[in-house]
Amino acid sequence: MEKKNWPLWEIFIRSRQGLSHRHVGSLHAADAAMAVENARDVYTRRQEGASIWVVPASAITASSPDEKSVLFDPADDKVYRHPTFYDLPDEIKHM
Amino acid sequence: MEMDLLHRFEAYIASDKKIEPKDWMPDAYRKTLIRQISQHAHSEIVGMLPEGSWISRAPSLKRKAILMAKVQDEAGHGLYLYSACETLGVQRDDTIEDLHSGKAKYSSIFNYPTLNWADIGAIGWLVDGAAIMNQVPLCKCSYGPYARAMVRVCKEESFHQRQGFQIMMTMAGGTEEQKEMAQDALNRWWWPSLMMFGPPDDDSPNSAQSMAWNIKRFTNDELRQKFVDLTVPQAELLGLTVPDPNLRWNEETGHYEIGEIDWSEFKRVISGDGPCNKERIETRRKAWDDGAWVREAAVAHSQKRADRRASTDTAAA
Repeated sequence: MEKKNWPLWEIFIRSRQGLSHRHVGSLHAADAAMAVENARDVYTRRQEGASIWVVPASAITASSPDEKSVLFDPADDKVYRHPTFYDLPDEIKHM
Repeated sequence: MEMDLLHRFEAYIASDKKIEPKDWMPDAYRKTLIRQISQHAHSEIVGMLPEGSWISRAPSLKRKAILMAKVQDEAGHGLYLYSACETLGVQRDDTIEDLHSGKAKYSSIFNYPTLNWADIGAIGWLVDGAAIMNQVPLCKCSYGPYARAMVRVCKEESFHQRQGFQIMMTMAGGTEEQKEMAQDALNRWWWPSLMMFGPPDDDSPNSAQSMAWNIKRFTNDELRQKFVDLTVPQAELLGLTVPDPNLRWNEETGHYEIGEIDWSEFKRVISGDGPCNKERIETRRKAWDDGAWVREAAVAHSQKRADRRASTDTAAA
């Protein structure tokens, strides 16, 4: 059997105007135009889409799970970035 | 280092967190998932065949449109699952080759023939019903991409079961002959549907490990029991008889008790000796081989367009 794996594309769909594109999955296609057509058939059979982005999976640079603590732990001790950190007098109902 | 990683993996599993593609995972976990997800994908793809043969013979345009939508969904489900499988580091073509060579299995139910239109009803009602029972708990499985694919599949699958039940309802409420066809379809699909949940718990060697890894949430027998409890009253509503003389309601347990399942049949069919095993694989292989020129042409076309773009860019520069 001859093997010619088509490249892998990551698919992002905007479900309706006003929302951002969201990653929904991936698929194989020979080129970008075919990836858009296939994404239409695979991911929007029930009106889930108003717009499609396709990105070659090889073009994505991802952070590594090993860097997780280096990247994200520094945010752990900065609770003052959240409004709930601040005590307000009861008299103030909205702020 | 390895111990740290294993420790973290186990902590994730214990706290019911998802494992994602780039996270470290034990080889056995990866292998189990590759086997299960690829076989699940193959089942969706091979599952198109018994129904596909009735698209051109559907009794009305409406039924035909519905059946096409359902078969197209099965293709989509296969693709979601193949993609989920690839996140574990396998190549799509290798996975498909394993199906064609007989190395990978698929659900044994699809090795039974669809003899008439009532079978399309019985498949939707019973086979998709059993599949949903199996798949709903998989939405919470510990491997993220598999769980997410299952959420999509389950959302789409519920129409499949309803359309099947509606066909059964129409036929069971039709002429005497139609009712006989519906009963005959139930007779033939009932036991194979119960086998879809896999061997009994005391003969299912991989179950314990899969449960420990939160891949499986319920045992085969638990899911089978749920299915029987839900489905028997539906058969009664249709006015059809479940083909099991030993079926009885147990007042104390609040569950139905069923007769002995013929596991020798299950083993025979899954190991290749069912009514349609050969035909199914031959059809798949033929589709793959006959489609080779399309795959090659698409690559050639995209290459030509890329080259043309490159030469216009050079000319412009």
